[in-house]
Amino acid sequence: MTGFMKRLRRLPVSLLLGGLLTALVVGAALLSLVWTPFPAEQVRVVARLRPPGPVHWLGTDHFGRDALSMILVGARNSLAVGAAAVALGALLGVPLGLAASAWGRWGDEAVARLGDLLFAFPAVLTAILLTAALGAGAVNVVLALGLFNAAVFARVARGAALAVWRRDFVRAALALGRGPLSVTLVHVLPNIAGVVIVQGTVLFAVAVLNEAALSYLGLGIQPPSPSWGKMLGDAQTFLFTAPLQAIFPGAAIAVTVLGLNLLGDGLRDALDPRHRSAGLL
Amino acid sequence: MLAFLVRRLLTLALTAWLATLVVFAVLEAIPGDPALVMLGTSAQPEAVAALRAQMGLDRPWPVRYAGWVGGMLHGDFGTSLTYARPVAGLVADRLAITLPLAGLALLLSAGIAIPLGLFAAGRQGRAGDWAVMAFGQMGIAVPGFWFAILLILLFSVRLGWFSAGGFPGWEAGAGPALKALLLPAVALALPEAAILARITRTAALDTLREEYVRTAVAKGLPRRVVLRRHVLPNALIPVATILGLQFSFLVAGAVVVENVFTLPGLGRLLYQAIGQHDLIVVQSVVVLLAVTVVAVNALVDIACAAIDPRPRVQA
Repeated sequence: MTGFMKRLRRLPVSLLLGGLLTALVVGAALLSLVWTPFPAEQVRVVARLRPPGPVHWLGTDHFGRDALSMILVGARNSLAVGAAAVALGALLGVPLGLAASAWGRWGDEAVARLGDLLFAFPAVLTAILLTAALGAGAVNVVLALGLFNAAVFARVARGAALAVWRRDFVRAALALGRGPLSVTLVHVLPNIAGVVIVQGTVLFAVAVLNEAALSYLGLGIQPPSPSWGKMLGDAQTFLFTAPLQAIFPGAAIAVTVLGLNLLGDGLRDALDPRHRSAGLL
Repeated sequence: MLAFLVRRLLTLALTAWLATLVVFAVLEAIPGDPALVMLGTSAQPEAVAALRAQMGLDRPWPVRYAGWVGGMLHGDFGTSLTYARPVAGLVADRLAITLPLAGLALLLSAGIAIPLGLFAAGRQGRAGDWAVMAFGQMGIAVPGFWFAILLILLFSVRLGWFSAGGFPGWEAGAGPALKALLLPAVALALPEAAILARITRTAALDTLREEYVRTAVAKGLPRRVVLRRHVLPNALIPVATILGLQFSFLVAGAVVVENVFTLPGLGRLLYQAIGQHDLIVVQSVVVLLAVTVVAVNALVDIACAAIDPRPRVQA
């Protein structure tokens, strides 16, 4: 136990705090699979816009839906969209970045131009474009955020892979007759995994923020499925009568993003001590 | 420098052209007939056919694409079917709100972040540094549109100092117009300021480790003078780069924040055009914003290369 505590104390504060906050949100999302105080989509007009109290701990919205239940299910939806967007981005971007690093100048050029093109469309703009073409919904949000993430992953993977390609053990493997694909899979990929994971955590946070913004605009997760962004959009209409309804979903987004960002910073510090700075900095 | 400039401008042109292709292709992929979508399924076939002809849908796509891009190059973005006005005029009207909003947000962001970043760097590891970095973490984590709602809650609902939304128009005078833009600009500036404060702090810390700064400190110059005279000018290069890159975040943020405050800017025009299926507006505004992002990024690269020779040598 003492050894465990010692090891725990040696970890960056940001990693511990970020891990704790992220675990809290993931726990809330998992809890919503088996339990919520009320069915999240249950409309009870007689109980509309109730303030927080013993029955509805965080109050109710304008349809009388329980805010806590909606926030719990919202955590699940938000994390699912974020995870899918990061997974799509990594699946498209990391192989592209690795290929660019292995193909030399032309591969580099192709990835750089593709990156320029994708970065020209901020994720919200891509989502708006896709919504105009295909309609609103979580799938299009994942697609829009995933494409943006792919450009980031490709750049990060390419940069990290180029550094690995210059190292002696990779040159030795090439001299021994290993092909570029084999070297990429056996030597380069494992050595850039840490950087990719850190980037994935940060992009997860960005995806949660963007999903919330798009759902606020009505372009993301569609009702009746609860989403934090949509809850805020609804709450804004009733700011004079039920101001607290505009507090809780926003706080849930902030806690999630803060946790993921701190986790990303902490992982970066833990994986690469050169980046380590004091405490949360 | 000339070779770098030519290369960067060629890249800009290529990316802008690809952006027009992507936008055109995505909107071409819309299932069904856009004219029917606009008029509704109960529309008369003659009306649908007339609208198809007006939208140019009866022509092959290469002709339509060439006409659209050629028109844009001459300042003709087509005619909005909802507003029955040229898109260029609509965009110009809306830019009169979005540009000052983005400019005000950039000013606020830099005005808050640069002093905070320098302050933190000068007190590394101490309470002031921690406070600034905590602000940085919180500023990045808080969604801009939620912060905007909180600002409305405090300054409009509770205190009644500002209106909860809307824009009186520049004809009402600069004072009321700027007052209407202030809360949205603060909401837009917060996340940018949080990122920029962290970048300024890192850049300033890097500069503080330079020999010439140590010499200045060893000479006995007061810390404030060292920070202002030696650290700030050198730390500003990465800060300027990030400020330029933040433009794309401001564009995305403006779409959302303009909707929170019901500001009739470019972002709100785009959002409303989706609901109205006004595709020519969506198409033109998205391309305009994308090309502006690309152009701003290129300008930042060129400005940085003019100041610092390393990028152009590497290129």
